Amino acid sequence: MRKNYGPIYVGPVAFWLCAFLSVPLLITLSYSFLAKGLYGGVEPHFSLAAYRSLFNTAVLKVLLNTIIIAVLSTALMVGLALPTAYYIARSSQKNLLLMLIIIPFWTNFLIRIYAWITILGSNGLLNSFLMGVGLTDGPIQFLYNRGAIILVIVYTTIPFAIFPLYSTIEKFDFSLIEAAMDLGASKTKALWKIMIPNIRSGITTAVLFTFIPTFGNFAVPKLVGGTSSWMLGNLIERELNITRNWPLASSMSVVLTFVTMLAVLFFMRSQNKKEL
Amino acid sequence: MRQTGAAFHQQRVDSVKSSQVTVENVSKSFGDFSALKNASLTIAKGGFYSMLGPSGCGKTTLLRIIGGFETPTEGDVCFDGVSILPLPPNKRQVNTIFQNYALFPHLTVFENVAFPLRLKKIAAAEIKRAVQENLELVRMETESKKYPSQLSGGQKQRVAIARALINQPRVLLLDEPLSALDAKLRQHMLLELDAIHDKVGITFIYVTHDQAEALSVSDQVCVLNKGEIQQIGSPAEIYESPANEFVARFIGETNYIHGTIAAVTDNEHALFDSPDYGNFTIYLDKKVQQGSKVALTVRPEKIRVAPEKPDNLPPDVNVLHGVVEDMIYTGFQTKYFIRVSKDKEPLIVFRQHVQYFMDEKPISWKDKVCLWWNTKDSFMVEVSK
Ligand SMILES: Nc1ncnc2c1ncn2[C@@H]1O[C@H](COP(=O)(O)OP(=O)(O)OP(=O)(O)O)[C@@H](O)[C@H]1O
Ligand SMILES: [Mg+2]
Repeated sequence: MRKNYGPIYVGPVAFWLCAFLSVPLLITLSYSFLAKGLYGGVEPHFSLAAYRSLFNTAVLKVLLNTIIIAVLSTALMVGLALPTAYYIARSSQKNLLLMLIIIPFWTNFLIRIYAWITILGSNGLLNSFLMGVGLTDGPIQFLYNRGAIILVIVYTTIPFAIFPLYSTIEKFDFSLIEAAMDLGASKTKALWKIMIPNIRSGITTAVLFTFIPTFGNFAVPKLVGGTSSWMLGNLIERELNITRNWPLASSMSVVLTFVTMLAVLFFMRSQNKKEL
Repeated sequence: MRQTGAAFHQQRVDSVKSSQVTVENVSKSFGDFSALKNASLTIAKGGFYSMLGPSGCGKTTLLRIIGGFETPTEGDVCFDGVSILPLPPNKRQVNTIFQNYALFPHLTVFENVAFPLRLKKIAAAEIKRAVQENLELVRMETESKKYPSQLSGGQKQRVAIARALINQPRVLLLDEPLSALDAKLRQHMLLELDAIHDKVGITFIYVTHDQAEALSVSDQVCVLNKGEIQQIGSPAEIYESPANEFVARFIGETNYIHGTIAAVTDNEHALFDSPDYGNFTIYLDKKVQQGSKVALTVRPEKIRVAPEKPDNLPPDVNVLHGVVEDMIYTGFQTKYFIRVSKDKEPLIVFRQHVQYFMDEKPISWKDKVCLWWNTKDSFMVEVSK
């Protein structure tokens, strides 16, 4: 008889997921249904107050803003990553180019965001340049709006779209493109009709890998966004640390997780259907 | 009843749109490496033209130049006298069957074949009719809903044919289309290709490194080596009168004998002196001077072998004696390696077993044997002063 080592192999991962994913999620879920304590924390009785306070225009506006930012950034990232990944996959300098994409990761995430502040700020490089060449008289406010958030998110997150796309395009059989051209398709048409459907798994991964972190992002809007362009993550942080309404923070987290999951499931479903 | 002969073929060719292809002094270099050197050939309208050569000799390169995927460094390619070099691949009236078939994995058989028509935005009903017709041509109409991954090698190949033909190209390029199939299926598909060629009547340019394939179906064969055309001719010409040593050795097996013309005996015959195999008479298929160095080929099946010299040999044969060094029995024939001279390659001889093998007088290993061939069956391939 062969011994079944399955459980032993899965053990560490199963433990990890239970301890650090399921348990915190369950705690969050249960906190969201409890009453809020006076100075933070929770009181141990059931309450729907947290969910009721979600239905408030301020919160819904932030949720909407979060969705808009996440969808726009994801579309932008995948849209930009596709030609980039294509170019890298077809280049003879693959390793060098991939390296160039990885290098920024060697720098701390926050430092990279601050770098953008020094570029876009009132006394930043961009404004100095514009005023220097006389295009504008005074500094333009590039920071603290939705555009700045999307820009910085795209900058920090786009590698997560480039890598999965690169790896599927790299594996794609380009003789199919020649075959399509041989059969009468122009190059663009051939890429669109033959390559895109065949790298669908890469596109799915790229969308998920960029949408999920963007939807839960709070560092970028905190640093380069204004109060009017807050995302859900910022609200959660405020409820946790400042207002100290833990059930509300939990209920928002639950909504955030729920919306992300819904989006992911919906997206994966639609992709699977097309594959059949 | 099927009409036979060239007249029938000509009639078909005139009624379909097929093109004459001319390749004029085409050269192609990749950096320093020259993959094709000054290749010129003319492929008749509606012909079945094969390009034959060892791996890396430039066959695919020439095909890709005709298909529009490579630009020649020099020279021109014309369809019916008009240069096609300025046209991109999608504007050339030529389709290709790629070595790996290049079926689109995300599309069904039907959609693969329909792909060229969908690009042209043809009405759905018309597409359906045309696809159906082409799938019937390759007998794949029942598999139209399958995906390429669900097909066998031979089926994939048929789909590739149907797809390549649906645009009604004037020329079809086939790049080793059978190399992925096993020997039995290869035979079968080759006959089918030939039948399809007869049916559609367009020009086929067929690339292969398998000489049996090339000889069995083509009207014309072009033998390439290292980017240079070695010989162009009908299969029989290529086999029976190879232009040089390369062709002689590449097409089938052959015996290669070096020597000198000792004397020109009459208009048609000469005495040949080979340091390795002795003196014998050869038929003069080319004009040579006495004293010229000449190389001969004699095909193994042209040489007869017997344990003893028969009494009733005709006068115009060359007779040699040797020892059987090795033999390979393959059922319908035996291949003998017979050593005639000490340090030269043994001669190869095929003996067909036309009568019951066990009744034949056995020839086996180490036996002394007699060899003979008709003087007209040797062929001069190289003459140098
Ligand atoms: N893009 C390229 N860059 C550099 N060299 C190339 C390129 N394409 C082909 N070659 C070279 O040109 C030569 C001819 O190649 P080609 O593909 O035409 O050979 P082939 O006759 O089709 O061989 P096979 O029977 O193996 O398919 C080869 O030596 C190959 O290495
Ligand atoms: Mg090839």
